[in-house]
Amino acid sequence: MEVNLPLKIAYAALSLFIALNYGLLLTSTVARIRARVQGRIGIRIFQPYLDIIKNNAKRTSITHGVMFYLGPVFRIAGGVGTFLFIPMIYDSVMFSNFSFSGDVLLVVYFIFFGQLGMALGAGEGGHPYSAIGVSRGLAQMTAFEVPFTLSIIALAVQYNTLSISEIVSAQQGGIMSWSLFTNPLATAAAIIAFLGMSMHNPFSVVMAPQEIPIGPPTEYHSNYLGMLQTNRAIFNAAKLLLYMNLFFGGAVNLPIMIVKTFLLYMINVVVGVSFPRFRVEQSIRFFLGIPTVIGLLGLLTVIW
Amino acid sequence: MSEHETNRQLEQDSVREVMEAMMTYPGKADAGDTVLFCDARPKVEKPYRGIIEKFLNWARANSLWVLGFGTGCGAIELRPLMTSRYDASRFGVAGRPTPRQASVFIIGGYASVKTLKRIIRSYEQMQNPKFVIGLGSCTINGGMYWDSYNTINRLDHYIPVDVYVTGCMPRPEAILAGFVKLQELIRAGKAEKANEYAENFDWYKANQKKIIKNWDMPDYSW
Amino acid sequence: MKYEKIEELLSAMWEKTGLGRLGTGTADSPETAVTGAAAAAVHQQIQSSDLAFVKVPADRGRHLIMDLRDHFGFTHLVFLTASDYIESGVFTLTYMLHSYTRHWDIGVQIDLPREGSTMESIHDLWAQAATYQRELREMFGIDFPGSPRIDEPFILEGWDDVPPMRREFDTKEYSERTFFPRPGRSTNDPAGYMRQKLYPKE
Repeated sequence: MEVNLPLKIAYAALSLFIALNYGLLLTSTVARIRARVQGRIGIRIFQPYLDIIKNNAKRTSITHGVMFYLGPVFRIAGGVGTFLFIPMIYDSVMFSNFSFSGDVLLVVYFIFFGQLGMALGAGEGGHPYSAIGVSRGLAQMTAFEVPFTLSIIALAVQYNTLSISEIVSAQQGGIMSWSLFTNPLATAAAIIAFLGMSMHNPFSVVMAPQEIPIGPPTEYHSNYLGMLQTNRAIFNAAKLLLYMNLFFGGAVNLPIMIVKTFLLYMINVVVGVSFPRFRVEQSIRFFLGIPTVIGLLGLLTVIW
Repeated sequence: MSEHETNRQLEQDSVREVMEAMMTYPGKADAGDTVLFCDARPKVEKPYRGIIEKFLNWARANSLWVLGFGTGCGAIELRPLMTSRYDASRFGVAGRPTPRQASVFIIGGYASVKTLKRIIRSYEQMQNPKFVIGLGSCTINGGMYWDSYNTINRLDHYIPVDVYVTGCMPRPEAILAGFVKLQELIRAGKAEKANEYAENFDWYKANQKKIIKNWDMPDYSW
Repeated sequence: MKYEKIEELLSAMWEKTGLGRLGTGTADSPETAVTGAAAAAVHQQIQSSDLAFVKVPADRGRHLIMDLRDHFGFTHLVFLTASDYIESGVFTLTYMLHSYTRHWDIGVQIDLPREGSTMESIHDLWAQAATYQRELREMFGIDFPGSPRIDEPFILEGWDDVPPMRREFDTKEYSERTFFPRPGRSTNDPAGYMRQKLYPKE
């Protein structure tokens, strides 16, 4: 598919716009569902938009230096970077983004990159709670990266490629050719790592408002917080798309993409509302235990 | 002091040292300097005009983030407000733990001199535009504690107040009515009390310093 | 040791402390020490079958409390409070002790002068007494030398006036002077309303 570069950039911007809106609406829809389960009405569907507009419309903001400002910039760069290398719709000219061969590793790197940038910025903020939250977040991230990377390597060996588009195309041809069924152990390890990645219960000790007020974003406000909120939507959408492409067969059109990612997100939510929180050392011990073993087994089944 | 108490004192001192070393703020002394306090003053921030400000005010009114600081007995009425029966989240109200991210400060009930110092410090850390709701009669005229040596009588001499909700304590429905009134004020562009605080800063500060005698913080906790 | 009634325990207590032997009397009328140098300052009042108050001079107070705790089984300190009798010119400290086994309460009362009052600290007998003593130091001005953190302000920060619970401190006048009372305050106090209705001319 030889399209010229400005058109490709325009298509990428369009898919970024769709992903941003999808991420925001997904958050509010699921919050509304959760509220109805609890017997109340819940937030408006457009509430995340209002929050971001309100934050950006604050007239003052306090900065603690250049690094403080760069924290959210790194974070949103990580989010957008993760998104731009994942093909949204399989075999579509408009929504393939910038995927190329080898982008699996690049995407895994970008997932980590945002949190690192946040760590630097939050430390500069001067709030001791930010530093504690950052150390918790990074510790948990290094823990869940282990089963995640093991399953990615298992998939790469199984399909003999490092390009997400080729992994998706290898899963076409019916449900039974999804990675979920061809390599269930790798999928299981990756889904457990997904719970850690999305920072819902039981792994939400990093970001929960009752814990050391909300960890890394403690000192961020006004425009910075608006950037972080925007990034959260994009990053959520990117991770869901990645998982859908790697393990659940990808999507050939927009409605199927929405359905699959929504159901994936509901796994997170259902586990999240059923569990209390782990402490950080408990979650590290958990991730380096059974999920790592499952990932290793998944890798071994492919090698032999 | 017993050994247990000396150890505890040492522990507190070391924690304080660590926290002091971790924090950075403009005016923080490097090794060898005398400590300076930042002496910035709040500035009046002019709002936009016309349809832009109307749109932004609509967004601000529908997304009120309340600071999670339960100041007095009003805090006990805020908890049912967030639960299923009264459900403040359908009004866009959410609780935030830090004053940097909050836009509404609910002063629930009496404010003793000790609490008022922390209220002022939290209020000044909030970003413009910010709103204050005073719950109960103690914020209006001193309420039940009108002749107490330790509680203030009129809250709006120390920080500017947008909406008072009468009661002792007002029920959650009354607090929701207060939120609706605050939303009307914001949409009409009349809730610019943060600018009023900056304009009359000296008067507010003189009132605050009259009753808070151990003033060991900056004049303006930006 | 088994005591059937609180009077028996109290008389055993007076014997042990050597403050004097008590005369006889009924449960309602106070009995005073008959002998001993502390004749006028020792006093006992039995309010009910499980509550009694004893009054001792200030220099014997701590010893009596220690005896009650160690030998008579009153191991629980309920509270330590002070009352301001401005007419007699004394502060009366009350240490209320409770016995878990017998479910009796004994209040040990000690009179202190209103100016420059000090009392021995009992924070090593019960750790929570330190908090009560901080409160009394701040609210009344009674010093307990050696109590932990007694010099730090407890609730009132930057207070430079008379300790507020003393009866010569006029809290209403202080509030009107310092804080800004809002004019137009009215009251719906029923007693005032009835007085106004029944005796409108006064």
